Amino acid sequence: MSCRLTRVARATAIAVYLLVTSDGAAGQTTKIAVGAKPFTESAVLAEVMAQTIEAYTDIVVERRLNLAGTHVCLAALRGGEIDLYAEYTGTGLRDILGDKSERISPGLAFATVAKEFARRFDLEWLAPFGFDNTYVLLMRPQHAAELAVTKVSDLSEHPLRFGVSHEFLSRPDGLPGLRKVYTFQESHTVGMAHDLAYQGLVEGSIDVTDGYSTDAKILRYGLATLADDRHFFPPYEAAPLARRDLAERVPEAYEALRLLAGRIDAAAMRDMNFQVEQKRRAPAAVAADFLGSLGIVADRKVHSERETGVFRLLYQRRWKTLDLASRHLMLAGGAVLAACLIGIPLGIAVSRRPALAKIVLGFASVLQTIPSIALLAFMLPLFGIGVAPALVALFLYGLLPIMRNTVTGLHSIEDRLLDVGRGLGMTDSQILQQVELPLAAPVLMAGVRTATVITVGTATLAAFIGAGGLGDPIVTGLATTDYALVLCGALPAAALAIALDWILGQVERWVTPSGLRE
Amino acid sequence: MIALESVSKTYPGGHQALSDVSLEINDGETLALLGTSGCGKTTTLRLINRLIEASAGRISIGGRDIETLDPIELRRNIGYVVQEAGLFPHMTARLNVETVPRLLGWSPQRRSERSRELFALVGLDFTTLADRYPNQLSGGQRQRVGLARALAADPPVVLMDEPYGALDPITRRQLQTHFLDLKARLKKTMVLVTHDVEEALRLADTVAILVDGHVAEIGTPKGLRATESSLVNTFLRGGDA
Repeated sequence: MSCRLTRVARATAIAVYLLVTSDGAAGQTTKIAVGAKPFTESAVLAEVMAQTIEAYTDIVVERRLNLAGTHVCLAALRGGEIDLYAEYTGTGLRDILGDKSERISPGLAFATVAKEFARRFDLEWLAPFGFDNTYVLLMRPQHAAELAVTKVSDLSEHPLRFGVSHEFLSRPDGLPGLRKVYTFQESHTVGMAHDLAYQGLVEGSIDVTDGYSTDAKILRYGLATLADDRHFFPPYEAAPLARRDLAERVPEAYEALRLLAGRIDAAAMRDMNFQVEQKRRAPAAVAADFLGSLGIVADRKVHSERETGVFRLLYQRRWKTLDLASRHLMLAGGAVLAACLIGIPLGIAVSRRPALAKIVLGFASVLQTIPSIALLAFMLPLFGIGVAPALVALFLYGLLPIMRNTVTGLHSIEDRLLDVGRGLGMTDSQILQQVELPLAAPVLMAGVRTATVITVGTATLAAFIGAGGLGDPIVTGLATTDYALVLCGALPAAALAIALDWILGQVERWVTPSGLRE
Repeated sequence: MIALESVSKTYPGGHQALSDVSLEINDGETLALLGTSGCGKTTTLRLINRLIEASAGRISIGGRDIETLDPIELRRNIGYVVQEAGLFPHMTARLNVETVPRLLGWSPQRRSERSRELFALVGLDFTTLADRYPNQLSGGQRQRVGLARALAADPPVVLMDEPYGALDPITRRQLQTHFLDLKARLKKTMVLVTHDVEEALRLADTVAILVDGHVAEIGTPKGLRATESSLVNTFLRGGDA
């Protein structure tokens, strides 16, 4: 009996293994997907992990960078759309687990997230990379040297002007908490925008500000960082966060990732961020250089330096752009088509019942007021990441203009014509086909046109939830301050919207019955 | 023969549009329903092709209770003309005229032949006007196309609701003359709704004056002109009844 059970279990395990590893069209090659949040460091770490895996295995690594944020990445990971991404222990502890404990050591923070994520989400935290991207207090180096300040507790001796970010000014793990642990003589304290605070510090209008320890601007302005000698700041150690089945599914990838444990210190990470943000290099190239310097990856050119001329870049990316544009069209087109298939019949149905029309159109209007990125986010728990949630969200946006114009078009027809149709012996469906739809067609088409333009625009945001399209270069460019790249997405998207608007304008003229043209 | 027997109509909400109306229209004759707006004349007309249903009473055409007939079939056998013609603006004059033949599934050739006949019948030139859209026709031409559309399948009964109401006096006069000519030739049973006394007296064989949803006076034009009734005289002088 137990023997048979074991055999069944083994057969099932093999079947599951084959299912998981075969992955449709890719055939024999195993694929894994690495995700990243839309900011430089996350993208660089994703590249570091991806290239390490590629260097040691034959696995094809798919990059799904620029997922909208912590919760999108987590949803994608749990849903199996990605296999790993770089996360911070502090984020895991506070934002995901909701832990509010203060003055927690890096080791305890890691142990807590490792245990809780395994229990609650079936996810595994791999060994940290070796840097802690937490808050850090910054000063001008000469000023710090003059006062002989090297650590935060040294500040108690001197009256100083503090200029910190608004967030830092109010967060319990910011200045309010800091004051309980250290003593300061704040001659003057203001909240200001982060970039302006750096500027103010360099120009000497403030003496101390806050930053993140791996922020490229620390390097750019050559600022002095003060050691948190009483360990007040919560630990934000970066580490690969992976699905628990990774080790079994692709043991060689899992092994490769272990090579990165403790290999990236804050200075190295800061330098990589600096290379991307200030030297305008591609994250992939920066990651390759770094891995080469560690000896993990043989020195190989991954990508050339970044192109900064928009037109040169547009030309270089022309095939890529075509590819993205066709995916973009597929997304927007699919959504508008679905919106027509549902919206037009629904519009016709509710136009017969004014009370119902009010409710349905009201509901659709409410949907329309939800900010696009929020609507996309709502789709995640229901549809995961990728094309499906994007299609559903875009469909919902397209629904209102199409439905509203269907109703408006039908209501704008003179009652007398419907009366004549009936009087001549037309059935309801004959009246709809021969009188109502032809006469409502121009208004209806205008709705389809509006829906299309809205959808093409909104579809750029779909990149945030991994659906691809022309939003990809926009989001990547924004995250890595590469404005030429942003334009490589924005210009084709705008051109696409204008072209479709023109084409549908022609269609609108064409469906306008001759007898109604001026 | 069309017969209305004690017909009443109460709209949802309680407004009684017609009470106890009885009328008879002999085959080939024209009845005019005359009255001010809201008197129930259009309601009466629309009861006959069942665009609205009677609340009480019985309506029959050729002895058959219309309640027992399929409303779609019934309407395809009754011509229907409305004020300002009510042409479909997205169809050419010819397509408008061919509406009912198309619904009846006539062959294109038969429809086309019938169109030419009808254009000639209502005094319109087929070659120049058939492919025009309603907004390219004059008011009088539109009304003629509307009449042609009503006559397309050669229905024995034609209902006309203020057909000449929106036309200038000269065009109206021309079309009325044309109507009398057609009436003599086609021998249709017709019901004409109008608020114009002269039109009613000129075109109809029988005139029924409706006041507040009932028949106040009924008679031939000759008889009505001779009557002493103060109501009829008020109408004849053109004042409000």
